[in-house]
Amino acid sequence: MTEAAVSSAPKARTTARRPDSIRLLLNNSLATGGFIVLVAVALVALAAPFLPLADPDVTAPANRLMPPFSPDHFLGTDALGRDILSRIVWGTRVSLAVGLSATVIAAFFGSLIGLVAGYAAGRVDSVLMRGIDMIMAFPYILLALAIVAVLGPGLLNALYAIAVVNIPFFARNIRGITLGLSRREFVDAARLSGKSNVQILFIEVLPNVLPVIIITMSTTIGWMILETAGLSFLGLGAQPPQADLGSMLGEGRKILFTAPHVSVVPGLMILVLVMSINLFGDGVRDVLDPRLKSGVLTRPVARTTIDRKEAPSGLKPRGDAVLDVQDLRTEFHLGGTVYKAAGGVDLHLAQGECLGVVGESGSGKSVSAMSIMGLVPSPPGRIVGGAAFLGDEDLFSLSDERIRQLRGADVSHVFQDPLSTLHPLFTIGDQLTEAILAHRRITRSQARKIAEDLLKLVRIPNPAERLKVYPHELSGGMRQRICIAMALANDAKVMIADEPTTALDVTVQAQILSLMNTLRHERNAAILFITHDFGVVSAICDRVAVMYAGKVVETGTTEEILNSPAHPYTAKLIDCVPVLGEPERRLDAIEGRPPMVNNLPQGCAFADRCPKAQADCRAAPISVTEIAEGRSVRCLHPVKEGEHV
Amino acid sequence: MSEAALLTIDRAERVFGGGRTIFGMPKPAVHAVQDISLEVRKGETLGVVGESGCGKSTLARLIVGLDRPTGGSITLDGRDIAADAGNDPRALAKKVQYVFQDPVSSLNPRKTVRTILTAPLVHLIGLGKKDQERRLEELMEAVNLAPEFLDRYPHEISGGQAQRIGIARALAADPEVIVLDEPVSALDVSVQAQVLNILDGLKSRFGLTYVFISHDLSVVESVSDRVAVMYFGRIAEIGPAREVFANPRHPYTHLLLQSAPAPGRKSLVPEDANTELPDPYNPPPGCAFFARCPNATHKCKESHPPLEAKSGEATHLAACYHPHGGEEE
Ligand SMILES: Nc1ncnc2c1ncn2[C@@H]1O[C@H](COP(=O)(O)OP(=O)(O)O)[C@@H](O)[C@H]1O
Ligand code: SF4
Ligand code: SF4
Ligand SMILES: [Mg+2]
Repeated sequence: MTEAAVSSAPKARTTARRPDSIRLLLNNSLATGGFIVLVAVALVALAAPFLPLADPDVTAPANRLMPPFSPDHFLGTDALGRDILSRIVWGTRVSLAVGLSATVIAAFFGSLIGLVAGYAAGRVDSVLMRGIDMIMAFPYILLALAIVAVLGPGLLNALYAIAVVNIPFFARNIRGITLGLSRREFVDAARLSGKSNVQILFIEVLPNVLPVIIITMSTTIGWMILETAGLSFLGLGAQPPQADLGSMLGEGRKILFTAPHVSVVPGLMILVLVMSINLFGDGVRDVLDPRLKSGVLTRPVARTTIDRKEAPSGLKPRGDAVLDVQDLRTEFHLGGTVYKAAGGVDLHLAQGECLGVVGESGSGKSVSAMSIMGLVPSPPGRIVGGAAFLGDEDLFSLSDERIRQLRGADVSHVFQDPLSTLHPLFTIGDQLTEAILAHRRITRSQARKIAEDLLKLVRIPNPAERLKVYPHELSGGMRQRICIAMALANDAKVMIADEPTTALDVTVQAQILSLMNTLRHERNAAILFITHDFGVVSAICDRVAVMYAGKVVETGTTEEILNSPAHPYTAKLIDCVPVLGEPERRLDAIEGRPPMVNNLPQGCAFADRCPKAQADCRAAPISVTEIAEGRSVRCLHPVKEGEHV
Repeated sequence: MSEAALLTIDRAERVFGGGRTIFGMPKPAVHAVQDISLEVRKGETLGVVGESGCGKSTLARLIVGLDRPTGGSITLDGRDIAADAGNDPRALAKKVQYVFQDPVSSLNPRKTVRTILTAPLVHLIGLGKKDQERRLEELMEAVNLAPEFLDRYPHEISGGQAQRIGIARALAADPEVIVLDEPVSALDVSVQAQVLNILDGLKSRFGLTYVFISHDLSVVESVSDRVAVMYFGRIAEIGPAREVFANPRHPYTHLLLQSAPAPGRKSLVPEDANTELPDPYNPPPGCAFFARCPNATHKCKESHPPLEAKSGEATHLAACYHPHGGEEE
């Protein structure tokens, strides 16, 4: 209804985006080859009535079984003297048409069943899917045979049979996708916008399912052609004198040894047709499937590529730090664009110290932290400058083997989602023991003992029993404790924790924070603590580094930063956090958004949002000024004590 | 406390699962929401806090009619929501709207913002072509977005912008009540402040009533007139926001406030004991907070504490036999 009027905008956009997909498709040379062959075959088949071909069905017993390359019969003749070239062109036409129609019919009914079953769920779903299961319970070809047996032989009936046996394939695929989509929030939102179930299913859900339907079609049409040929080969499809590829093959079978060309020619044609369709179909799938598109197939290497232009000879470790990151530059190269996710980051951690790294999402906190041990996926990431000293060693110039030794030993990680660290199929005990054995030469039972002590250390009640459970049997807070235990397993000097409590409830968060705080004092381990929450910073961090657009803009002790922020960004950021116990406080939002890191301004990246910005701020890169001992800020006009921005 | 209650929830209950299998075995049941009674007055903001899994979102879905209670009733202006959701969902959607937690997944990835925002205008209030344009502009202005965004797709806008679109969609049909389910949890603090300020402005401008759900106490405190604290599917404490936050009576509320991080708060007071929620398939007979409660006695284990006034204030109720801050029974 009104949808039609409104949808003009999306259409304009789809066309604008289409060249992109086509270019992707053309990049795939196999798919392009398949496409060219397919188009050529299809064009010839379509043009059959206009081509100077002999009548495919006229028999001429005098000319029977002429070999290929005979005059007037380029591919020879068959047992009834019919021109094979003509029959193959007309036969391909029939096979293509039947395969295509069967695919469309199967896709239509299969998708409809899948959509309805997945969307309605519950009883409707059970009934529909049990029906589908029943169809699938029969061997495939047997079912097709049975259908033809009931309907009687004939091309059209073969088409129906092939379509019916393929319906379950579509129904199952589409049901799965629809089921997932129907639980998405936008479906509820559409319902609250007043759309009826039918409208939601066909206007909201279907467009999201369509790519999957197309993928499924493009990957099954080849099979359907083969199956139709199979039925015709058995004499159940195309009836004489009509030619299709299967029946031609069937006719040639009896004289396979005396006149092989009669069966070899249609056989080759089937091969070419199905191959080209499948190659093209796979190409289409790769382009439309978002998972494959985002490059999951190109497996990232185990360590971030390090590609420093000049050797950082000027950089030396500062004396008191266990970890000293200097001028770290990490980039992502995607297409032709360079994202400078870390654009010269300096961080240093003293022994036993907890440094908080604060900033909005996309400011480069995680990338900086992951770069240290080379955990940024490459491609597309690469470290292009700077150094990270662990003691005296520059981590960026070490061998892969040495990095492997250090990972999980001297430097360990705790992530936001514990399930990304824990393997779902191994028990907690096995995983902890494994982590310990990877770095120490002790027996398995000794390691198991240490594992038990570790669980005790992170205050998990009944550790001996807990060693035997699987990660999914534990709550989120318990899992995060396990991850912390794992991070401590080999006496880490530095623990890199990336938003370790963000996914947890406040009461659990409070426990994890106090646990981490106690442990770092007990073990004298330094923590690089990434968070976006100033409350969390107050609870655990000694010092804070504030990041903005890939750079550290301010560092200082937690008290200094919270009480007298010097960088306008820090000041604004603190002002927009609601504080418990001060409900009247007006939240001072920072208007606008941070700049994209692929398009950073020449001067201060905060200038567009900064109330104190002046002309000089935009002129040149801003360097760091030390405004007090251990306190530095990247700003030309820092906020003064007591000043309000 | 019932001067002109707009939304009345009376002993609402939602049980998932249950029933019997074809072989007559009882299927496990979870009480996601149990025995919840409360009222929301016109023009107020009721904050709902609680930890993950305590039934906040289930309650929200019941209020907007996306789900039906298995017991009790929810009425809006005296009309039963569950009945309306079945008979006339559009009339209901005109009065109650919802803002989702995940701004991006609440927008159909294949529709432009314009298509998304036009849907309620067409289906709920049947606006003609001309009026649609005008209303779209008003909506974009209300959530402080440039009209250019109308022609973008959801993946072409940021999370904060997507959430403003979600708010604009909820506003489109001029509802009376908006249920906001963790509307700012997925956003960065600076963006969160923008969205909270917009919500605040819209409320006074359009005379809206909010049910604001969040796990973030400081956010709830800054937006709410009254707050309800939920634990394990029930209301643990409810009252004027200021009262509840300044003088929490339920030990769970007290624990939440103690655990919340705040800038400048040095150490959080963590509880040492078991923090696990009780097993939802096998709920304890008495108070669900028993295993974690410092004030627990034998009595708490026996029966469920009723939700009653514990301090002088008749509007401040807590479900506890031995409330925090002294007994007065
Ligand atoms: N795998 C990746 N591929 C491409 N870009 C990435 C990748 N990971 C991060 N980025 C980009 O790097 C920048 C910094 O991201 P991140 O470090 O995750 O920010 P934060 O942790 O502060 O939220 C962002 O612009 C992000 O889009
Ligand atoms: S350098 Fe200028 S624009 Fe940048 S933060 Fe400082 S005052 Fe603002
Ligand atoms: S009823 Fe008893 S166990 Fe429950 S919160 Fe009150 S004191 Fe604690
Ligand atoms: Mg991050």
